[in-house]
Amino acid sequence: MKNLKTFPRGGVHPHDNKGFTNAVPIRNAPIPPLCTIPLQQHLGAPAKLLVKPDDKVKEGTLIGEASSFISAHVHSSIPGTVKEVRTVYLANGIKSEAVVIELEGEFNRSGKPLKAVDWHEIPREKLLEKVKEMGIVGMGGATFPTHVKYTIQKGKKVEFFVVNGVECEPYLTADHRLMLEKTSEILEGAGIIKEILNPDKVFIGIEENKPDAIAVMEEKIREKNLDFEVVPLKLKYPQGDEKQLLKSITGREVPSGGLPIEIGAVVSNVGTVFAIYEAVVYNKPLIERVVTVTGGAVAQPANLKVRIGTKIEDLIEECGGLKIPPKKIIAGGPMMGFAQVNLDSPVTKGVSGIIALPAEAVQIPKETPCIRCGRCIEACPMGLSPTRLYKWIDHQYIDEALKEGLMDCKECGSCGFVCPAGIPLVQGMKLGKLLARKKRA
Amino acid sequence: MEDFGKLLVTSSPHMREGSTTSKIMWSVSLCLVPAGIWGVYVFGLYSLVVLFTSIIASMLTEFIIEVLLKKEVTLYDGSAFLTGLLIGYNMPPSIPLYIPIVGAVFAIGVVKHTFGGLGRNWMNPALAGRVFVMFSWTGPMTTWLVPRTRGITDAVTGASPLGFVKTGLLTLKGHVNGPLDFLAQNGYPFTHTDISVTSWLNEHIFSIWGGSIHNGYIDLFLGNIPGCIGEISTLLLLVGAVYLFAKKIITWEIPVSYLGTFGILVWVLGGLRFGMGWFHGDVLFHLLSGGLILGAFYMATDMVTSPLTRKGMIYYGIGIGFFTYLIRFFGSFPEGVSLSIILMNIFVPLIDRLTLPVKFGFVKEVKK
Repeated sequence: MKNLKTFPRGGVHPHDNKGFTNAVPIRNAPIPPLCTIPLQQHLGAPAKLLVKPDDKVKEGTLIGEASSFISAHVHSSIPGTVKEVRTVYLANGIKSEAVVIELEGEFNRSGKPLKAVDWHEIPREKLLEKVKEMGIVGMGGATFPTHVKYTIQKGKKVEFFVVNGVECEPYLTADHRLMLEKTSEILEGAGIIKEILNPDKVFIGIEENKPDAIAVMEEKIREKNLDFEVVPLKLKYPQGDEKQLLKSITGREVPSGGLPIEIGAVVSNVGTVFAIYEAVVYNKPLIERVVTVTGGAVAQPANLKVRIGTKIEDLIEECGGLKIPPKKIIAGGPMMGFAQVNLDSPVTKGVSGIIALPAEAVQIPKETPCIRCGRCIEACPMGLSPTRLYKWIDHQYIDEALKEGLMDCKECGSCGFVCPAGIPLVQGMKLGKLLARKKRA
Repeated sequence: MEDFGKLLVTSSPHMREGSTTSKIMWSVSLCLVPAGIWGVYVFGLYSLVVLFTSIIASMLTEFIIEVLLKKEVTLYDGSAFLTGLLIGYNMPPSIPLYIPIVGAVFAIGVVKHTFGGLGRNWMNPALAGRVFVMFSWTGPMTTWLVPRTRGITDAVTGASPLGFVKTGLLTLKGHVNGPLDFLAQNGYPFTHTDISVTSWLNEHIFSIWGGSIHNGYIDLFLGNIPGCIGEISTLLLLVGAVYLFAKKIITWEIPVSYLGTFGILVWVLGGLRFGMGWFHGDVLFHLLSGGLILGAFYMATDMVTSPLTRKGMIYYGIGIGFFTYLIRFFGSFPEGVSLSIILMNIFVPLIDRLTLPVKFGFVKEVKK
């Protein structure tokens, strides 16, 4: 194979474990009788509640409105009656108000023939407006409101738009399957975004462990005669992070604390691109997403198209339940995802996978003293020194930690992955950031 | 859904590479074993007793201290074993047993545990232990046995090549062609193996380039020389080092920068003492003798007392190479590996601070 691009510094090579589900086509998960739809599914301010108990809602009714510049709309995923509004714990551990909707009445969209809109006739501003209206957020996991990302400040020029099909987290195959099954739609979506952002160049970054996706993308691009470029990337975690992806593809580094637009780039996940396609062409709000339900404890691992608000438990049930007792259940990927206390949390816009690991797949490292091997430094894609940061934080020297770049840490987990001493480095970084925020407040 | 018991909740990442501190320590110990077997074979069973004594003393010290301090007993992690093993390897084969015991107690008790145990010591414990007893009992610490592979059945003491050359140089008058020539002229014997292998090599291999090598390198390489129990067999130490490289437990930076710096200095300046002029130093002789290989691959690379970053490791290696050269050529001891490594241990925090990696996003944008 020729020399593929990748980012130069740091990174690790976890076993990808994608074999569970990478050949399983996406299928619809059953519609849950009760949907718990949180108002805080995105980065930024929670959406403002628009409904009250006993209100009737339809599929796609706006139930939460973006409450500030960085915020996003939330829609009902099912038709029915609002039963209650209560506080729930999300899969990532934060608390959010959520609207509980009981299924009732008719679906006005699902199963019906939908009329496609020709987006070429829609002006740019209206397209961007649509992205906001349909509650689109980044579906790779960060859930940054997409319309905010696409609102380019005056004086800034988008040189590159990158479709992120890297999916570097082990186990997850949702993006992979989407690229195989919805290739044309994703390319169409990228076309819409190209119209909004007017970049000089559109790249589609895919790692080499998905050769079928690379092939089908390239083929469809040729067929449609598009000027997009598929960039096959060398396998390395965390290439799916936008900063690493941009470094891999363009060679440029997003400045510390800055956004990709500062180097003239915008990145969106394939899931997001597909959601934008549906939003613009079929007027469909973001009410469902693809979730990979996998891991050695799941009876029949699968890629499911899931309504936002479906409980994790229901998804595992749909995959034949658990064949062996799980030791750990993770929402998201195994490198950055969150271990679950129970299976009650609802799927939100940012949940890309549910992984149930049996005891033998869970390493419980015993924490021993740091032996200064320096492997965490070697692994850190951001050029930080996790062991030093951890020691600063451990001794409450937050200012020192900040000086050494604590805020540049994005908790990718590479340091914790390699640490032979089993030190909870990522947990330390999270704690440090929390202490730093408290201190500033 | 059926009850499946409690779920484990921890912070991410939920996957691990699987390397652990104990695996690292035991792997290093394992890689040292062949060289130790050679040492015991050539010096006799008493050297095995020396090795066991220092290992047991070292582990026992760790055990007692941890029990007294009510800490978790961490003998399983292999670090005390490794320290004991290295102290044993650094002992002459006929050493009285109290010396390795004192060395081990000092290494573990003072150097390691007064600073807080594993990971906190700023000085390599095994080397500190060795240096401590070296200065306390210089006589027994520099009395060497002649290996049985030299065709001697009784235990006979003799000088190590490095020591022989060092003492000889004090009274050297006139001109010799390097250390091996000096050894040959002054009646330092080479083994039959060495002579026959060297002549075979000269005849069949080196003649291709029209060159030849002096007698003596093969003895040094195989370990047919007086020396410490574990340091003499360059061959077997390198075999172990290959495994450590393959397992990525050690990286090339420290050994290469260390041996490289030392080699260049010896090459450029090493011939001056023999009246051979610049650029005539015998690099190979110096690389193969004494504790250089053991030090460069197994002790300078100790993770706890070496720099964190690869760049730092290079500076560290250069420093050790420089000091080893100074001590070997100008110090009062023939051997300078231990002292040089300990000397550079002191600089590690400084090196660390100066070689922090450049953070992502802090590079000036050149393009555009």
